[in-house]
Amino acid sequence: MTWRRFFNRRRRDEDLQREIASYIALETDDNIARGMSPPDAHDAAVRKFGNVTRVREDVYVMNTMMPLDTLWQDVRLAVRLLRRDKGFTIAAILSLALGIGANTALFQLLDVVRLRSLPVAAPDRLVKVSLPPGSERSGSFSSRWPEMTFAQFEEIGRHQRIFTGLFAWSSRGVNTADGGIIREVDTLWLSGDAFGVLGVRPELGRVFGRDDDRPGCAPIALISHAYWQRALGGDASVLSRTIRLEGTSFEIVGVTTPGFYGLDVGRRFDVAIPLCTDPLLNPSNRLETRRSWWLSAVGRLPSGVSARQATEHLKAIAPAVMKSTVPPDSSGDGIERYLANTLQASPLLSGVSDVRDTFGTILIVLLAGTAIVLLIACANLASLLLARGTARQKEIAVRLAIGASRQRVVRQLLVESAILVAAGVGAGTIVARGLTSVVVTQLADGMGPVFLDIQWNLNVLGFTAGIAALTCLLCGLAPALKATALAPAAAMRADGRGTTQGPDRFRFRRLLLIGQVGLSVVLLLGAVLFTRTLYNLLNVNVGFDQQVVVAGLSHRSLAEGTLDERQLLRERLRDAIAAHPAVADVAASRNQPLSGRWWNDYVYVDVSSEKLLSNFNRVSPNYFRMLGIPILKGRNFLPQDVRQAPAVAVVSDAFARKAFPTGDALGHTLWIETPPGQPARRIEIVGIAADAKYEDIRSDFEPVVHLPAAQDDELREAAWFVVKPRGPIDDLPAAIEQSVAGVNPAIALHVTILSRQVREGLLRERLMAGLSVAFGSLAALLAAIGLYGVMSYMVTRRSSEFGIRMALGAHRRDVVRIVVGEAGVVVAIGLAIGIPLGLGAAAAARSLLFGLEPTDPATIAIAVAFLAAIGLLAAYLPARRASRLDPVEVLRME
Amino acid sequence: MLQGALDMLILRSLVLGPAHGHTIAHAIAQRSEQVLQVEHGSLYPALHRLEDRGFVASFWGTSENNRKAKYYRLTPSGRKMLAAETSRWEQLARAIAQVLNPVDGQ
Repeated sequence: MTWRRFFNRRRRDEDLQREIASYIALETDDNIARGMSPPDAHDAAVRKFGNVTRVREDVYVMNTMMPLDTLWQDVRLAVRLLRRDKGFTIAAILSLALGIGANTALFQLLDVVRLRSLPVAAPDRLVKVSLPPGSERSGSFSSRWPEMTFAQFEEIGRHQRIFTGLFAWSSRGVNTADGGIIREVDTLWLSGDAFGVLGVRPELGRVFGRDDDRPGCAPIALISHAYWQRALGGDASVLSRTIRLEGTSFEIVGVTTPGFYGLDVGRRFDVAIPLCTDPLLNPSNRLETRRSWWLSAVGRLPSGVSARQATEHLKAIAPAVMKSTVPPDSSGDGIERYLANTLQASPLLSGVSDVRDTFGTILIVLLAGTAIVLLIACANLASLLLARGTARQKEIAVRLAIGASRQRVVRQLLVESAILVAAGVGAGTIVARGLTSVVVTQLADGMGPVFLDIQWNLNVLGFTAGIAALTCLLCGLAPALKATALAPAAAMRADGRGTTQGPDRFRFRRLLLIGQVGLSVVLLLGAVLFTRTLYNLLNVNVGFDQQVVVAGLSHRSLAEGTLDERQLLRERLRDAIAAHPAVADVAASRNQPLSGRWWNDYVYVDVSSEKLLSNFNRVSPNYFRMLGIPILKGRNFLPQDVRQAPAVAVVSDAFARKAFPTGDALGHTLWIETPPGQPARRIEIVGIAADAKYEDIRSDFEPVVHLPAAQDDELREAAWFVVKPRGPIDDLPAAIEQSVAGVNPAIALHVTILSRQVREGLLRERLMAGLSVAFGSLAALLAAIGLYGVMSYMVTRRSSEFGIRMALGAHRRDVVRIVVGEAGVVVAIGLAIGIPLGLGAAAAARSLLFGLEPTDPATIAIAVAFLAAIGLLAAYLPARRASRLDPVEVLRME
Repeated sequence: MLQGALDMLILRSLVLGPAHGHTIAHAIAQRSEQVLQVEHGSLYPALHRLEDRGFVASFWGTSENNRKAKYYRLTPSGRKMLAAETSRWEQLARAIAQVLNPVDGQ
C-alpha cells in the first residue's frame, strides 16, 4: 500500500490539482449565479478554498517517505556536481573500477576453486577415502588422482560397514583418433555405484549402474552436456551413436545434466565410462595389477556420522584390506611396510582440484595485491575528495549557516562518493570479466584444458558489495567529516587566498600519501621479485638443448608380439622419422624430459652401502650428442651394448657425486633393487655425463642413471623419441606424423615442442610476474598522481608565500627545492614504512620465488629507485610551476 | 477543529449519496448553520486520508452544471466507521454536557 502510494505520488498530485481546479470552477459558477462579475467570482472562490500549495504539500507528504525523497535530491545534486567536474569524476571512477574490478576477478576465481561445493546431491556428506600421505605405495601411477588400486577399492567395499554408498573414479585424456596426431577427450572412469551415490541424473538416455560395471562388460559411455553440445552439436539422435576411444567403439547410452562436471574442480569431463571397460583402453590390465594406482574413492556418510568416525572405522578395517591386496612382486620389508598402511576419510565438500592445489596460494597472494591496489585507489580518492571539500568550503558553510544539519551535509557528501563507487563497481565488472578470462586462458595454456565456471553468485556479489561499501566509507567519510567540521562564520570570513596555510592543513593528506607510497613499495617489491623469478627460470641452465620435439607413439602393435618384434618396430619407426628431410637426428628416450613425469628406483652402489633413490632414463647412444650433454668421463653407449652384452650405465655428474662422495664412479657397479627371489641387476658404470634437469626446471640437478635403450627388455609402453630439426622446428610435428603414417597409419602420436612446453610450464611464474607488474605499476601510478595532486594544490595555496620569497630574493631553484623537498620527505617516510612491510610479505611468498632471496638487495634498490624517480617527477612538475610564478603578479592579486 | 470531527462530518455528509468536494464543503457549512467554519481546502487532505483508509471511494463524474468533478461515496467500512464514531461522539458530548450542566443530568 505505502509503496504503491509512493510510486504513484506524482499522478496523485495531478489528480488533486484537477480536483482543486474543479472546486474553484464550481464555486466560481455559484458566485456568478449570486451576481458577481466573473473575475471577482474567481478570486472569491480561490479565497474560499485557501492555500492551494499547502493542501498539495499536505497530501504529498502523506504519500511520500521523506528520507527517500531527500535522498533522491542528494543523488540528483551529486550527479549534477560530478558531471560538472568531468576530469575528477573520470579519474575517480577509473581508479575505483581497476581496484574493485581486480578484487572481484580474483575473488571470483578463488570462489570457483576454493569455496564452491560440488554440484551433486548433499556434497557435505561425501568423503574421500584414501591412504594417508607417506603410505607405502609402489608401482605405476596413472590419472590425476592416483590414490588407490582396484583391488584396494574392492576390498574396502567388501569390509566397510559405515558408508551408505562407495564408488571409485579416475580421469585422464583418452585418444579418439584412429591413428595420426592424437585427439584427446577428458574421460572419467566411474564405478557402477557412482551415479547413485552422487545423485546425478541423466539429461538424456540413462546413467550407468552396478549392472553395467561387471568384469567383461559391454563398452558403453555417457557424455557430458558440454561435450554433447560442443562436439556433437546437441544432436538428439546421439543415443544411437558410438564414440571411438583408443580404437574401440563405445556405445553412447546417455547425456549427463549441464551442472555436473565431475569431482575435479577446474576440469570437466567429456566422456564417462564404467571401470570395467578399462582393459579395452589399457594393455596393462589395471583391474588385475595390484601395482597400478589409478583410482580415487568416494564414500557417502549416513547423516549423523562424521568424517572422523569414518576414519576410525577405516583404520579398523585397513589391516584386512591391506592383507588381501599385497602387490605380488614386493620385496620383504616392502610387504611389511605395505601391511602397516592405514586408511582415512576426508571431507570432499568442494571436490578435489589440481588447479586449486597449484593456484590456491597464488590467488590469495594476488588477492592481497589487489586489495592493496584498492586501498591506494581509496587513499587517492579520499585525497581528491578532501581537496574538493576544501574548494567547496564556502558552499558548505552557507548550507550549514542557513540551517542544514551537519549530518545532512555529511550525508550529501557521502552520497557523492557512493555514486562514484557505484559507477566504479559498474565499470569494475567489465574489468573483472576481462581479468578472469585472461587468467583462465593462462591457466589453460599451462595445465591443459581448464574449465572454471565463473559466476556472479551470492558469495561474489556479497564480496563486491562489501568492498564497495568499505571503499565508500574509507574514501568518503573522512573527507566529509573534515569538510563539515568548521564554524560557518570562520569559513566564510577566511578567504583562502592571501593567508599562508600552515602545514597543519595538509597533515591528513600527507598521511594518506605516506600510506600510498608505503603500499606501492610493497607491490613494487613483489613485482620485481616475481619478474626476476620468471627471468631466472627462463634463463636457467637446463643442461641441454630445448629446441627439439618429443614424440610419443602408441599403438597395440608396440606392446604386442615378441620382444624382438617390438624392438624391430621401434627401430623401423626411428629410421622412418630420421629419413625425413626436415629431421636432423632422432634419439630414443624412454622418459619425456621436463614433463613432470619420472621413473625412479632405489639403487645400491655397494652391497653394504645405503640405498639411494635415483631417477632413470633409457636412451640411445646419440641422445647425449644430440641434446648437447657432454660425456665428462668414460664413454658413451656403443652399438655393441645390446641385451646379450653386460649391462652398462652412463650416470649423471650429480649421481656420481652423491653415490661416490670421495672416489671416482667410473668402473664401479650399481645394483637396482629387485623383489626377493630375483637376482639383483648388476650394472657397470661406463661413463659420467654432465648434469641436466630431469622432470622440472625448478628442481636442482638430480641424480640420473641412463641405461641404453638397446638393453631394454620390457618395451611394453609407448615409444618415445626426441627429434632434432634440420630447419624450422615448427615443421617437425607434421614431418613426424607423415613418417609414422608411412610405417603404420593406425599409430597414435603425441607431439610436443620441448622449448614451448617448458615455457608453458612456467605458467605460475608468468601469471605472478604479469599480474604483479600490472598491479605494482598501477599502484605506483596512483601514488604518483596522488603526490602530484597534493603538491599542485599546495603550490596553489602557497603561491603568495612563494611570491614573497622570490620578491625578497629567493631563487627559482630555492622554490623548487622547497616543494620537491616536502615531497621527498613524504616519499622517504613512505619508503621507510613500506620496505619492511614488503620484505615481510616477500618472506611469506618465498616458495614462489626462484633463484633469489626475498631480501635481494638489487630488488629493493630497483623498487626504491623506481618509486623515488616517479615520486620526484610528480613533485617536480608543480615545483617548476611554483618557481615560474611572477612575484609581481602574485602579490598584485592580494 | 478536532481531526476526528472533520472526518465524521465528511462521512455524515455522504450518507445520502455520492458527492464531490465542493458539495461536501457547502453541506458541512450549511448543516452546522455556519458555526463550523472550515477552510474548504483543508477538506481535501482529509478526503485523501479517508480514501486511503478505505472509508470512502472516489470516481470522476459530471456535476449538475456540467463540470468535471471528483465524486466520493461511502464504502461499507466507512458506513460502519461512521456509526461507531457517531455513537462515540454522542457519548462524549453527553459526558461533556453533564460536566457543564450537572442539574440537567439524570
